[in-house]
Amino acid sequence: MLFAVTAQADDNYRTVAVADPYLELRTGPGRGYPIFHVVDRGESVDIIMQRTDWYLVRADNGKEGWVDRAQMEQTLQPDGDPVSFQQASLEDFTNAKWETGILAGDFGGANIISLYGSYSLNPNVSLEAWGSQILGNFSNGWMASVNVVHETWPDWRVSPFFTLGTGVIHTEPKSTIIQGEDRTDQVGHVGAGFRVYATRRFLLRAEYKSYVVFTSRDENEEVEEWKVGFAFFF
Amino acid sequence: MESRFRVLFLIVATISLPGCAATKNLFGFGSEEASPSTSEAPGQVIDPEVERREIKEAAIDREDFEIGAYVGIMSIEDFGTDVVYGARLAYHITDGFFVESTVGRSEGGLTSFEELSGGARLIRDSQRTLTYYNLSLGYNILPGEVYIGEGRAYNTNLYLIAGLGSTRFAGDDRFTVNVGAGYRFLLTDSIALHLDFRDHLFDIDLLGEEKTAHNLEAHVGFTVFF
Repeated sequence: MLFAVTAQADDNYRTVAVADPYLELRTGPGRGYPIFHVVDRGESVDIIMQRTDWYLVRADNGKEGWVDRAQMEQTLQPDGDPVSFQQASLEDFTNAKWETGILAGDFGGANIISLYGSYSLNPNVSLEAWGSQILGNFSNGWMASVNVVHETWPDWRVSPFFTLGTGVIHTEPKSTIIQGEDRTDQVGHVGAGFRVYATRRFLLRAEYKSYVVFTSRDENEEVEEWKVGFAFFF
Repeated sequence: MESRFRVLFLIVATISLPGCAATKNLFGFGSEEASPSTSEAPGQVIDPEVERREIKEAAIDREDFEIGAYVGIMSIEDFGTDVVYGARLAYHITDGFFVESTVGRSEGGLTSFEELSGGARLIRDSQRTLTYYNLSLGYNILPGEVYIGEGRAYNTNLYLIAGLGSTRFAGDDRFTVNVGAGYRFLLTDSIALHLDFRDHLFDIDLLGEEKTAHNLEAHVGFTVFF
């Protein structure tokens, strides 16, 4: 009982007052769910939690339901000011410091799955670290690399970038097909691509990179890579 | 002499008493202090004197992530059917889309060839363990509610999901595409049960010709939103 009282007190600062004629409470966090209760203007609701763009609220009579962001922004704070919920925007897409994502595609005929993390030095220049798994018909392997990315127009919704980097590639030929040795070689690469702002903290990314593998043999190897994927910024 | 000290003392005392209403007006201090009656704007919904605290969105519990475990059966093409178990982590981007990563493990048995031929083995026993990871994008195509009895309603989602990853089986890492559908049954707003069907496709050439193997998985899972 004591615990309940404490929790109630803690919830108070998430109380908002309904300013529109009414606030619609749905049974689930999505547009398809039916409206089962309305809270009238002037009454207040407690915000319990948020999932994507939906807020679970509790009315004074104890009814709990989900309200979308657009309606929540029509409510008032206890001091009478309108509520504003921060939402990631195109501006954050340009200015966010950290980004992480997953891309997949083709690496010289083999499949490649990559995970990356990025840190922005400023809106135009960022540093990235990549880890990739390469799955081919004749060999498997992994690659680790670091690169510098330059975005010329970082405030565009579709933002093109150029990149330059280096790393190591490890190749294991498949024993069932060909006999060969495991190799680890240094690689260098140049590339270009697009970052596309999708929604909230979410973006799509597509890129092309051209790799030079500095092998211990007489000739260096060149590999072309195409990848698409998605990422989050924060 | 004494009267001069008295005059000085009076001057100092007058200046150093800003709390006194008369001196405040005299020296022009305190003009920015508004009287309490003028701060109340007309038409406010809630009396500001009751509480004056701001909504802090960071203080609202965000539950966009979903973590959990699952167990089921997986049929590995040519290698029989065995138990599969794994873990799932999902992030809900919108009320429709979510991304999900899974890792799972199962065990392959003997192929028909191996059973009929007696002692011959295509792969070592240690290579029969199948492990996979997947990165997938899902879409809640049929959100809805189910009713149990008269007084209970539960939220559900039928989702379609597809993605890619890698499977380690029979001594090789294999590029794997997965497609499937699942059913999310929310026991509460934060706890869910899953029923999930998945096809894992990868190329394998262990039995001579290279072919695309369909490895069907069905599992039940339990997840918690956080």
